[in-house]
Amino acid sequence: MNVHEYQAKELLRAYAVKVPQGSLATTPEEAERAAREIGGPVVVKAQVHAGGRGKGGGIKLVGSPEEARDAAKGMLGQKLVTPQTGAAGKLVRRVYVEAATSIDRELYLGLLVDRATETIAILASEEGGVEIEVVAAKSPEKILTIQVDPLVGLSDYQIRNLGFALHLSAKQVGSLVPLLRALYRIFLEKDASLVEINPLVVSGDGVVPLDCKLNFDDSGLFRHPDIQDLRDPDEEDPREREAKEYDLSWVSMEGNIGCMVNGAGLAMATMDNIKLCGGEPANFLDVGGTADAERVSHAFRLILEDPNVKAILVNIFGGIVLCDVIAEGVIEATKTVGVKVPLVVRLDGTNAEQGREILKKSGLNITSAEGMQEAAERAVAAAAS
Amino acid sequence: MSILIKKDTRLLVQGMGRVGQLHASLSLEYGTQVVGGVTPGKGGQSAVGVPIFNTVQEAVRETGANTSVVFVPPPGAADAILEAADAGISLVVVITEGIPVRDMLRAKTALSGSPTRVIGPNCPGVVAPAERVRIGIAPYSIFKPGSVGVISRSGTLTYEAVDQLTRLGLGQSTCIGIGGDPIPGMNFVDLLPLFEQDAGTKAVVLIGEIGGTAEEEAAELVRKEMTKPVVAFIAGRTAPPGKRMGHAGAIISGGKGTADEKIKALNAAGIAVAESPALIGATLRQAAPDAK
Repeated sequence: MNVHEYQAKELLRAYAVKVPQGSLATTPEEAERAAREIGGPVVVKAQVHAGGRGKGGGIKLVGSPEEARDAAKGMLGQKLVTPQTGAAGKLVRRVYVEAATSIDRELYLGLLVDRATETIAILASEEGGVEIEVVAAKSPEKILTIQVDPLVGLSDYQIRNLGFALHLSAKQVGSLVPLLRALYRIFLEKDASLVEINPLVVSGDGVVPLDCKLNFDDSGLFRHPDIQDLRDPDEEDPREREAKEYDLSWVSMEGNIGCMVNGAGLAMATMDNIKLCGGEPANFLDVGGTADAERVSHAFRLILEDPNVKAILVNIFGGIVLCDVIAEGVIEATKTVGVKVPLVVRLDGTNAEQGREILKKSGLNITSAEGMQEAAERAVAAAAS
Repeated sequence: MSILIKKDTRLLVQGMGRVGQLHASLSLEYGTQVVGGVTPGKGGQSAVGVPIFNTVQEAVRETGANTSVVFVPPPGAADAILEAADAGISLVVVITEGIPVRDMLRAKTALSGSPTRVIGPNCPGVVAPAERVRIGIAPYSIFKPGSVGVISRSGTLTYEAVDQLTRLGLGQSTCIGIGGDPIPGMNFVDLLPLFEQDAGTKAVVLIGEIGGTAEEEAAELVRKEMTKPVVAFIAGRTAPPGKRMGHAGAIISGGKGTADEKIKALNAAGIAVAESPALIGATLRQAAPDAK
């Protein structure tokens, strides 16, 4: 789960991290008032879940409250397009007005779980303010890494090593130590999956987090109601959000063949095979290991909400999921939801025979396929006709 | 022959709820020695014909269990792993999906150097057909005794692959689902050498997916240490970057962990990678004509 910059900075403040003074505004007038209260030059920042905001005009440095109002007016209610939003852009509903910071240098700081070493890795670079992936691709030697044993925790000497390697002065290192300690605590205590400060600016004798991106481990959210409250449903794909409510795993794609599969690996493989057969999947959908008729019905509704869908492929390999139950669900759904596009169903595994029999007897226009290859070929053909 | 489990595997079910009981009975049906269950507070009762204990320690003492399967819900699942290890269980198979990464990181670090092996979490389990041992949730009817080893990050895609093998007359020595989480217990690189040493295994199917670098590491190990044929399939060629594809670990992040990178690494190590998921069995047959 992602949160906005202003929410991330509130969390930093709660952990006693010094961040520039700032406040949230939803109207140009609020932005003007906020700028007046802060005094001096401020930065107006569009609050959307996407990086590269500066490139899209979503970050503006202004000298007066009036200019802050105008900058906010230019962003609020508009779609912000950045390299990470795609062409459609993201609607800006809020701006964050923040005191401007004098910048001597821009650094990068990130905390994440390193899957290869199974430690918490802290990455830092003197090449801040740009995407770290770009730095990693172009000049990997400019990224410094320290690994933290989760049972030992982060030691001060590791922070000092990092600070001096970043060519910080002794005083600046002195301000990095409490900052990084706090970030590490946030990472662990809040089940974060990414804590990223980009840029971390060197300003006078200290370092200041200018931007902050926080991602949280969805599996850890159950123990953090405070973090759950930060969820902004407006930032999520509406169908992904709806799917989540029904315990379905969904990712929207751009093709025209709707997919309903049990199991994430099989769902990905089904999409891959559609593509190999010359078609394009409209979605990734894992109905899960315990799918029942009701969930299948919700799944169908979601698929059919996509006007691009020209055919539906159901690929079920029954394990815990029983094929006859899925077949009943398919029939129920076609009746209640009204499936008007060709439907190709492949059932295999537990109770597959019974399931196929149920579909056959239903008299509905359902193409039964033998094996996943035939299923994909038929769905692609159906979508093309 | 098999790896990790065999006829004398004495299985304990941690989390004897509805799902735990269902799969305990299916494993018993298959011929697996399920010797007990653990649900704190339910000690002294019994379910599906086996006794339930309050603690793993007590269960081990009373039943001689050496292996456990974890169905405990996410908040207590990592604790269940540590409890099993502390009680001397040598193999813990974790079915639970949705364990916080932080908990697995801590549990794995705590178990480094311990003799206890962990499979999963978020996995379908382990099956050794000739030994009649089924641990987890896989539908046992698709398996057939034979000489192909299977290691997979997926659940139902593993069933698909096993089904293809069985229909081609290719039986399996041991099938292991290592799970779809970012921090798994045993990984490809831990299991491939066991198959290399296992006299009953002639070839190995490796099923990977996007996210992380486990397949690249496996490719390196196969190139250096494996003499037996290995074939692979990688799911997620069509997956968009930055999106979690169902499994917590199946995500292309920062442009890394793509299917194409993995396929390239596997091919470079001489591993045949099935183009289509429908050709996993056929690819194995071609690479290992003497497997059966």
